[in-house]
Amino acid sequence: MTSPAHLKIRNVTRRFNVNGTALTALDDVSLDIKAGEFVTIVGASGCGKSTLLRLGAGLDVEHDGVIEHGGRRVDGPSLDRGIVFQEPRLFPWLTVERNVSLGLENAAFSKAEKRELVSEQIALVGLSGFEKAYPHQLSGGMAQRAGIARGLVNRPDVLFLDEPFGALDAITKARLQGELQQIWAAEKITMVLVTHDVDEAVYLGDRVVIMSPRPGRIRQIVPVDLPHPRERTSPELAAIRNGVLDILNGTTGEAPKPVTRPSAARRPAASANPIHAAHRTKPARPAFSTTEI
Amino acid sequence: MSVLAALRTQNAVKIRRGLTLPVLLLIFWEAASRSGLVDARFLPSLEDVFLTAKRELVDNNLFGELAASLFRNIAGFVIGSAIGVVFATLLALSRWADALATPSFNGFKQISLLAWIPLISIWFGFGEQAKIVFVAIAAFIPVVLNTYEGMRNVPGDLIEVGRALKFTPVQRVTRIFLPAAMPSIATGVHLGLIYSWLATVGAEYFLAVGPGIGGLIIAGRERFDMALVMVGVIILGLVGFLLNRLAAAGEAYLLRWRVTAH
Repeated sequence: MTSPAHLKIRNVTRRFNVNGTALTALDDVSLDIKAGEFVTIVGASGCGKSTLLRLGAGLDVEHDGVIEHGGRRVDGPSLDRGIVFQEPRLFPWLTVERNVSLGLENAAFSKAEKRELVSEQIALVGLSGFEKAYPHQLSGGMAQRAGIARGLVNRPDVLFLDEPFGALDAITKARLQGELQQIWAAEKITMVLVTHDVDEAVYLGDRVVIMSPRPGRIRQIVPVDLPHPRERTSPELAAIRNGVLDILNGTTGEAPKPVTRPSAARRPAASANPIHAAHRTKPARPAFSTTEI
Repeated sequence: MSVLAALRTQNAVKIRRGLTLPVLLLIFWEAASRSGLVDARFLPSLEDVFLTAKRELVDNNLFGELAASLFRNIAGFVIGSAIGVVFATLLALSRWADALATPSFNGFKQISLLAWIPLISIWFGFGEQAKIVFVAIAAFIPVVLNTYEGMRNVPGDLIEVGRALKFTPVQRVTRIFLPAAMPSIATGVHLGLIYSWLATVGAEYFLAVGPGIGGLIIAGRERFDMALVMVGVIILGLVGFLLNRLAAAGEAYLLRWRVTAH
């Protein structure tokens, strides 16, 4: 109350009208995020975590309650709030360079400054040498790097990330998580990341917001008081991850139990989401994602 | 290197196969007119056609006629497709304009182009102007249809990116809608180019006689000079073929960002 939160979400409720019936996606959600904080939001499908992100970014403004950024009401998108989507959403007719510079299209920089910022940003996400490539020539990981660069190039106050690594393979995912953490540490941009991967949530977040579905509510907020950059395999991190998984289990009753040594045989088959269940039965699933819910 | 060589031979085979039928037809044509199978007055020999072409080229102004037709074609095409892109953009992006004008356009496009000729000739006279208007209408219709379709299918994901990046309405059109619809627009413009060349000849046939390839063919008919008619027909075909290739090359260049499909 004394220190104003950078991003303030107070008693936010969002209802959708699905075929005439009202569906409550978010029910009385309140969350304060400090400047420079890395907050991750994790929860099962349908818990409203992406809805919350879209509301925070201002892409959706149909809600009850208050959302404020820097003391001002969020009533639409703003260049102070960047967003990275699950799909890279690059413009296929533009090169990587031009796609990234879209983030500066309406920013108050000179042409020369923009060019410099774009090439800096491309170097930061490790795409140097691919400036002139078209999106169809990039791998999934490279395209997502370009999407992140586009969201970051304007140096927004807050960057919202909506399952940015959800569609990537485990190795690329781990590498990009590390790079995102470095960028965050270097640039001190507030980051809000939505994910369904518990490992990712505890590895990146200063706080992990756990949400429960139907209706979408914040179940618990777990602080991760470990210095960045973190060791993926550290026992402290594993303990926190297991704690988060326990809480998540309570939200649906069906989420998988924590697995310390991943093995296909011990993996539970039942899940609230048939898609995830289908994935889980595949024995070839990479060991990294056993804690995805 | 071997891949390149293989491609070259593959291409050569393709061209050879494409030429087989025309060459056979030419041989049959020549044989038919030489052997007296058909009356040479109705189907002149190749030699006759060649000599007529040479005569028209050297003694008469064949290039002038061709230039007149091409000018009409390009002028009408440019006017029709430019108006078409603007009109279709308006229809696709404004719900109000869409509700107001799209049903009328759908009725309009069903009317045969030839039905417009009496009206066009009354409104615009019998001269160059009327012909260009006729060609413009021919190009307009496919351009509108395809541009509209393309604009309607712009992915919502990309529109949302524009929203997040605070694009102005103008930026939304120039940075998202036009480029995203470009494949469809290119198809429309390509069709418009073909239609406008067909319409150029139509305009020359049905509106007053003036310089142009259509006029040349009419002159050939009136003088019962079938060789001259054939020269005209062959030129129409060749120009149409070249315009088509030109459009395809332009399309490939504009859409080079797409995944190349074979």
